[in-house]
Amino acid sequence: MSSTTDVKTYAGFRFITILCLFILYAPLVVVTVYSFNASESITTWGGLSLRWYADVFTGPESAKFQQAAFNSFSIAIIAATIATAIATAAATAIVRGGKYKLRGPSIGLISLPIMVPEIVLAVATLIFFNSIGFTRGYMTILVAHTAFCIPFAYLPIQARMQGIEDTYEHAAMDLYATKAQAFRRILFPLMMPGIISGFLLAFIVSLDDFIITNFVKGAGVETLPTAIFGSVKQGLKPNIMAISTMLLGLSIVMVTISYFVSKSDNTK
Amino acid sequence: MAGGAASGGSAASDTYRQARNWLLLPSWLVLVVFVLMPVCVMVIYSFLTKEFRGGVIWDPTLAAYDQFFFDRGLFGDDDPTLQWTYISIFWRSIWQAGLATILSLLIGFPTAYYIATRPANTRALWVFLITIPYWVNLLIRTVSMKFLLRDEGPLNDFLMNIGLIGDPLHIINTNLAVQLGLFYSYLPFMVLPIYASVERYNFTMSEAAADLYATKWTTLRRILLPAVKPGVIAGCILVFVPSLGAFLAPDLLGGAKNFMIGSLIEEQFKGNAGNWPFGAAASMVLLTMVMVILLIFARQQRRGGGEQ
Repeated sequence: MSSTTDVKTYAGFRFITILCLFILYAPLVVVTVYSFNASESITTWGGLSLRWYADVFTGPESAKFQQAAFNSFSIAIIAATIATAIATAAATAIVRGGKYKLRGPSIGLISLPIMVPEIVLAVATLIFFNSIGFTRGYMTILVAHTAFCIPFAYLPIQARMQGIEDTYEHAAMDLYATKAQAFRRILFPLMMPGIISGFLLAFIVSLDDFIITNFVKGAGVETLPTAIFGSVKQGLKPNIMAISTMLLGLSIVMVTISYFVSKSDNTK
Repeated sequence: MAGGAASGGSAASDTYRQARNWLLLPSWLVLVVFVLMPVCVMVIYSFLTKEFRGGVIWDPTLAAYDQFFFDRGLFGDDDPTLQWTYISIFWRSIWQAGLATILSLLIGFPTAYYIATRPANTRALWVFLITIPYWVNLLIRTVSMKFLLRDEGPLNDFLMNIGLIGDPLHIINTNLAVQLGLFYSYLPFMVLPIYASVERYNFTMSEAAADLYATKWTTLRRILLPAVKPGVIAGCILVFVPSLGAFLAPDLLGGAKNFMIGSLIEEQFKGNAGNWPFGAAASMVLLTMVMVILLIFARQQRRGGGEQ
């Protein structure tokens, strides 16, 4: 026993793993701790306080942040919903459609937003909207987010669907269910965990996006990341730490939900 | 085609044959109109003439590419020489992205390996811990890095408190800060594909090597590494490609002196430069580079798949 484990283990790898996790989490922990700083400046520690959280909601910049948060969340919800619906339909056709000519190009097209560097996609979208005379604003952000969220919604749905054998639907259809009924009553419920994690990932991707939003947003329309970026460019302020920590917490909650949703179906 | 039933069935799996074009239609519509067409329009824009203060004039020209690659002197009538200003920005980007890739490989490989060799029930937890920072907003992570690395920041505080340094290290607004930022941004991308490869690796091969008196490091180098190479290459691509076009790390951590391609492109559209065809041409150069890297990678993967 000890000889088999011996082949697998290398001295120092455990230390590097712990170092890796330390590197990944330390900056996040530091920002979280300093978001509770009572001091006026970010440099000195003045004891624990929630004042910067209160400042986000009631301070001089609160109207700006609230508008940005409304834009961010409404865009993320709409874009993720549309992207998930589109991705579900595409995954059904690609996984269950058999062999056909459009299959390969469809997979290529869906992975395109991930392959193209984000800044190139951002530039292309800006130029495109400009060339067709589409005024930049809330709608341009929404449309751009919907398009680039599709692959993020697609991947978990497709992975989930590949794990479902089609014998269930065939059994249903042998019992005279129509294709639509077999989809609605059998396949769709089985796909649900994939669809939920697809939606959550698309939601986070939209909520977090900075680069594309920064290019396609119109003057005066901000999302949380562009508002944070604008603020940071003028210098780091404690209220930015508080907003960042709240967004950080939200991301962690969403990823945790997504993780447990996809994990729960493996045990069934 | 034959034996469809035995394989679980190409014939059986085309349940949605009639509906498949309709099911694909929305994705085609959205992606063709809002991703493929924009990229095509960008290609066209890179061949047009610039208008002052943004926008273009429909007058086809190679001026943007010419400006990118060649220097024709102040009045534009000298013999063309290579344009070092932009080539050096590209070169710096490649160099920075390369260093960030090597650094994350050095940390990421042992981490991925260690996690993949844990018992199944704890493995999922380790992977989860690596995944979380990856899904935390890139902007927030870059801002965290900026906060940490400041001259009066927690890192310098800590190092001075333990007496390792007397004066604060000046890290922010240097190439090093950009590199650390890129490394930090994309480290999880390195760990996950390598982890997936090592997890599939059959350790009886390592045991066989050990039985033949190979040392552990020889086994790692000669047996394991070739077997998990596709995962290592995938990890390197996933770190290198986004690092190459990164905008946030050079902008927030590097300051004005440590420009990368992303900043150069951004300046043409959002900044004072306002030269859209030139920005489109620079984007094209970046896109071409990335596509070439991905093509080489795809060919490698296919060859790797053929061997197995």
